[in-house]
Amino acid sequence: MLSEYNLKTALYDTHVTLGGRMVPFGGWDMPVQYPNGILAEVAAVRTATGIFDVSHMGRLYLSGPTATEFLDWVLTGSATSLRVGRARYCLICNENGGVIDDTIFYRLAQDRYLLIPNAGNRPAVVAWFQKWLDERFTYGCTMEDVTDTTGLLALQGPGAATAIDKITNKPLSEMRPFSWSESAIQDAPVLVGRTGYTGEDGFEILVQGDDATKVWTILTDSGAAPCGLGARDVLRLEAGLPLHGHEIDEETTPIEAGLERFVRFDKEYVGFEILKNQQENGTPKKLIGFTLPGRSAPRAGYSLLQQGKTIGTVTSGSYSPTLDTSIGMGYVFNDYVASGANLDLDIRGRISQVTVTDLPFYNRPRRT
Amino acid sequence: MSPDDRKYTEEHEWVMIDGSDDGTAIAGITEYAQDQLGDIVFFELPKIGDSVAHLGKMGEVESVKAVSDLFSPINGTVTEINEKLLDHPELVNEDPFGEGWIIKVAMADVTELDSLMSSQDYDTFIAGL
Repeated sequence: MLSEYNLKTALYDTHVTLGGRMVPFGGWDMPVQYPNGILAEVAAVRTATGIFDVSHMGRLYLSGPTATEFLDWVLTGSATSLRVGRARYCLICNENGGVIDDTIFYRLAQDRYLLIPNAGNRPAVVAWFQKWLDERFTYGCTMEDVTDTTGLLALQGPGAATAIDKITNKPLSEMRPFSWSESAIQDAPVLVGRTGYTGEDGFEILVQGDDATKVWTILTDSGAAPCGLGARDVLRLEAGLPLHGHEIDEETTPIEAGLERFVRFDKEYVGFEILKNQQENGTPKKLIGFTLPGRSAPRAGYSLLQQGKTIGTVTSGSYSPTLDTSIGMGYVFNDYVASGANLDLDIRGRISQVTVTDLPFYNRPRRT
Repeated sequence: MSPDDRKYTEEHEWVMIDGSDDGTAIAGITEYAQDQLGDIVFFELPKIGDSVAHLGKMGEVESVKAVSDLFSPINGTVTEINEKLLDHPELVNEDPFGEGWIIKVAMADVTELDSLMSSQDYDTFIAGL
């Protein structure tokens, strides 16, 4: 099961000690859950604070006088308009508009960026970027992959802001979402972004690899519950966030995935013409969210039907413990995307009725 | 260590005679199975009166992460299902060998049990997985 060729994060031994069940994911051995289980971990993030090791995700620095121009060419979002101190979510598309990866990138300085690709997509992103650096940006932009020498932790939940202020050398709780700040946690230098993948308030903390265990332990000692990939998947699904390989892939565009708001139409970049055309003329299929009563979950690959005819496919699904109903996302032909519409779901031969629902399924309560 | 008052299958079901002397067996899934499944959220169980066959599919168990088939350890007719599991499937996580039993079956032939694994054999089997 566990391959000796899989990579291990700096926290591997810590996960094993905590009783984490290690599974292969994106070329890494990662904890899918700890002994308290996925439901308890989801509850911790929704009601208190959870901590995830997300060091399997990539960390790339793009630096130099043409780094901004380079990123504007390979990203659907604008680097030019991103201010230093801020971060942005967007897509990396191929020439057909298909999604090579989704990413958050941080503007560290006028000519320096940190970009976070998904674990399994890092080789593809690095190769894609290198191709354009070689072909089009020969001078003025360099790429440095620091995934192996750094760690990334995600502190997520309504208690995250209070928790982080207790351990950093300056208060970060007033930081705006999608901004970042440098700080230190007991002498360990950290770069903290107010970002995440759970639908809750929270922070993602970049640490030196040697400091990862220390910072993790400080966070768990402060009361944050260790959470694994299983909880992470349920949380992101409840929050309507796409997962590469499920809702988005190289054959699917951000327009089909309903991610138009992360796509600029006022600059030129790889895939732009196709995305602009789709934005103006529509696409044959669209991503929908849907709910069904009970706990029998839709799973990736199940068929969605209308009057016995297959009209779509599920990309992700789960029982949602937060909403106590089953939820799913999938692609259907354009005629069936209206919110409130009823469709049939084939659950291994058993037909259940589902209701098309606006995404996200879960919105966190806002602070007043 | 699995309890030695019952028999086991390679599909991680247990079965025991329920003590009523009428050939009724009680069956469930093992500690190992519940641990592998993680948090169980849903059971699809057979109906009373349904026939079940040795290692035939008798239902489904769904955890947060995955859905798995439930196999019958024996041949017979379902006489009772654990109705508590419909609202509290987590009972199987908490007490798979006790409160979390799944079905009772009137066995066609109680000597079938002789062909299943003892607790010692089962523990050796899972140690090798």
